[in-house]
Amino acid sequence: MDPKITVRGVDFFYGTVQALKGVTIDIKEHQITALIGPSGCGKSTFLRSLNRMNDTIFGTRLEGDVLLDGTNVYEDGVDVVELRKRVGMVFQQPNPFPKTIYENVVFGPRVLGETDKGKLDHIAETSLKAAGLWNEVKDELLKSGLALSGGQQQRLCIARALAVEPEVILMDEPCSALDPLSTLKIEELMQELKKDYTIVIVTHNMQQAARASDWTGFFLMGELIEYGFTAEIFTRPEDKRTEDYITGRFG
Amino acid sequence: MRVSPQKTEKLAFGAIWASGAIAVLVLVFIVGYVVVRGAPEINAEFLFTPPRGGLGGEGGISSCIVSTLWIVAVTMLLLTPLGLGAAIYMAEYAPENKLIGFIRYSVELLAGVPSIVFGLFGYAVFVTAMSLHFSILSGALTLVCLLLPFLTRTAEEAMRAVPRAQREAALALGATKWQVVARVVVPAAMPGIITGVILSIGRAVSESAPLFVTMGGSSHMPDGLMSSGRTLAVHVFYLAMETNALEKALATGAVLVVLILVTNLLTNSISRRLQARMMGAK
Repeated sequence: MDPKITVRGVDFFYGTVQALKGVTIDIKEHQITALIGPSGCGKSTFLRSLNRMNDTIFGTRLEGDVLLDGTNVYEDGVDVVELRKRVGMVFQQPNPFPKTIYENVVFGPRVLGETDKGKLDHIAETSLKAAGLWNEVKDELLKSGLALSGGQQQRLCIARALAVEPEVILMDEPCSALDPLSTLKIEELMQELKKDYTIVIVTHNMQQAARASDWTGFFLMGELIEYGFTAEIFTRPEDKRTEDYITGRFG
Repeated sequence: MRVSPQKTEKLAFGAIWASGAIAVLVLVFIVGYVVVRGAPEINAEFLFTPPRGGLGGEGGISSCIVSTLWIVAVTMLLLTPLGLGAAIYMAEYAPENKLIGFIRYSVELLAGVPSIVFGLFGYAVFVTAMSLHFSILSGALTLVCLLLPFLTRTAEEAMRAVPRAQREAALALGATKWQVVARVVVPAAMPGIITGVILSIGRAVSESAPLFVTMGGSSHMPDGLMSSGRTLAVHVFYLAMETNALEKALATGAVLVVLILVTNLLTNSISRRLQARMMGAK
């Protein structure tokens, strides 16, 4: 299994506050990698550094290397727009645009220059199907995306991310605002999606990491403490701190 | 003596209800008074002939209606893009530093400067220095200066209220900064921006002093940007101060009120339709 993303010695700073310390990790292609850890441990910061979303926050700085298919994404001259097209993202709170369901899905293709109505229609349909939402919304594509339920909105956001045909999908606690049934749907969806995409998911929910991921990384105070097969992390953790966390002794 | 929470609740509700009722009553009374006393004067001749002057305020208000429309159209054509542009810069591009803070503070101060001061400025700069004379253009430029701080501020607030999550969603899809602004922030802020535009139109229609000193007071039918003119509000002022035709002044006021009402309704319905098409039905 080749690494899709290779991270070497990444330090990250918000101003003078260091949020990540020497993070090194290989994220495998067509696998689901879960990042767990207590609040403020840096797992979301790490996730957002993979598609350079932290660039939009004033006063942040990253040192070290983040390689996507062997190319450093923080090198001068890297096209951030192209990077974000390849590395899509789903956020914690469902955040559809106040636009129609259809316009939400084709937003990405449109900003990337697609204008052909036939192609956009096709993209909308395949993306909504891939996100498991098509059957629920196919007759009301011109309704507002905000009129959907929370779980549907999150799947709409996944469809929107899929529409630009990314290679990697980053999910930042995508189920934390959803009910158990919607959560289950998203987890099933992830298993479908990993055939075509590499998925990295940040989660607060350890059961979710245990049942839905192939690899798990445990973050604590900005450091990646332990990383390995999910089954091993949850049954035979090597580090005492990992064990304490997954057995619920803190966090 | 301690008043029970139930009683406080009732008292508070009563006071709030009364305040609301008084606000509505005052509005109804003013508009009602103007319309009832002015209405008998309103007829075809009044609406379709220009003022003839004289102590009795002879003639109608046709040229004033046309002047008003001219002023509003020219002002809004210049003001809207300028205000939106400034707001976009302030909300999206300006770095957060002392200079920008100072600019923002100045804009706020400027919004509170009495309009006649802007009128004098317009007279000195546009009418005299730039030799635009008493003209619709001078008047409109003055109103642009007067309203720019207000519209900029309103539009900026509306854009700042667009959640960060929306911007991030667009960025994460590969949108450029400008695409985020044009396709996400501005559409989402549109209701607030429209409100700002409507209020600006209202002020452009109702200002009299700054226009009196920049577009003159000619009662002739304006025939272009460079002609002098007299808006309805200026005409009301003229009728009230220079003639004894109070009924005509009230009639003009009634037309003015109706004009503002129609403009607001129109702008509102256009923006609603625009939004429904853009955002989809709920």
